[in-house]
Amino acid sequence: MGERLYLSKIIVSLKKSILDPQGKAVHHALQSFDLSEVEEVRIGKIIEMKLNCSTQKEAERITEEACKKLLANPVMENYSFTIEEIV
Amino acid sequence: MHQASKPRFGIVVFPGSNCDHDCYYVLKKILNQDVRFMWHKDSSIKDVDVVVLPGGFSYGDYLRCGAIARFSPIMKAVIEFEKKGGYILGICNGFQILCESGLLPGALLKNESLKFICDYVNIKVENNTTSFTNLYQSTEVLAIPIAHGDGNYFADESTIKSLEDKQQIIFRYCERNGSVSQAANPNGSTNNIAGIINEKGNVLGMMPHPERASDEILRHTDGKKLFESIIHIFK
Repeated sequence: MGERLYLSKIIVSLKKSILDPQGKAVHHALQSFDLSEVEEVRIGKIIEMKLNCSTQKEAERITEEACKKLLANPVMENYSFTIEEIV
Repeated sequence: MHQASKPRFGIVVFPGSNCDHDCYYVLKKILNQDVRFMWHKDSSIKDVDVVVLPGGFSYGDYLRCGAIARFSPIMKAVIEFEKKGGYILGICNGFQILCESGLLPGALLKNESLKFICDYVNIKVENNTTSFTNLYQSTEVLAIPIAHGDGNYFADESTIKSLEDKQQIIFRYCERNGSVSQAANPNGSTNNIAGIINEKGNVLGMMPHPERASDEILRHTDGKKLFESIIHIFK
């Protein structure tokens, strides 16, 4: 099986238990123009990685390792990701 | 490990470190110590007895403060050095790097105010029986500068409890009279934590800058005894 190209999209977010002052400040700003329906704002990061590997499973393993070792800090952050093959 | 009458200090220089020369100046010119710089690409600690991770913005604080520095060649050597009981002092960004490396528990979040704070604060010495604080009086209050955007110490409840129980919280933000209050907490740090030590007692991380309070000419010298404490244990 030849090499394929995959795209991982990783979302890193602050854990629920952690106060997000940045999200709070943005929430205040949204309220200032009457979007009172917005109840809470949390801010995180999106990271995209292109991977050269042969299977979806391998792409998942690599992404998981990258998240665990560097992209997210388990003390304060959660992560989730999706992977798709690109041509 | 080398245990002569004078320890050899090594200050790690990452791209973006900016307190490395301040530390060097204090150790070399004020305290007359044997000190050298260590480049982040070095892969060996050589004959250094005390490693200093200085303040600054290593690797531009990209991703998270200290996250990228952790994977530099020198940090692999620093982690090995720690296992052998080597002494490590992390100041400001150095504290963040120690947390990211897993050499200290917890993490440093953005200041609650979201602002970068550059100011003098008071901190209380909570434990003066460590290798880094043995020349301070118990509960002594130090006036010392802070300069950080991410100094809000956080760890889960059980970690905080363990740090408290084992007296690993070394410095706490306080009022001038020593009372630990919400008002004296500059960044939202859990339990007013300004500095902690690892369980083994050889790794200290702190947000305030002792090297910026060690020279008479700056009129504040409360940080000097921290360096002198380390020197003292080698005597």
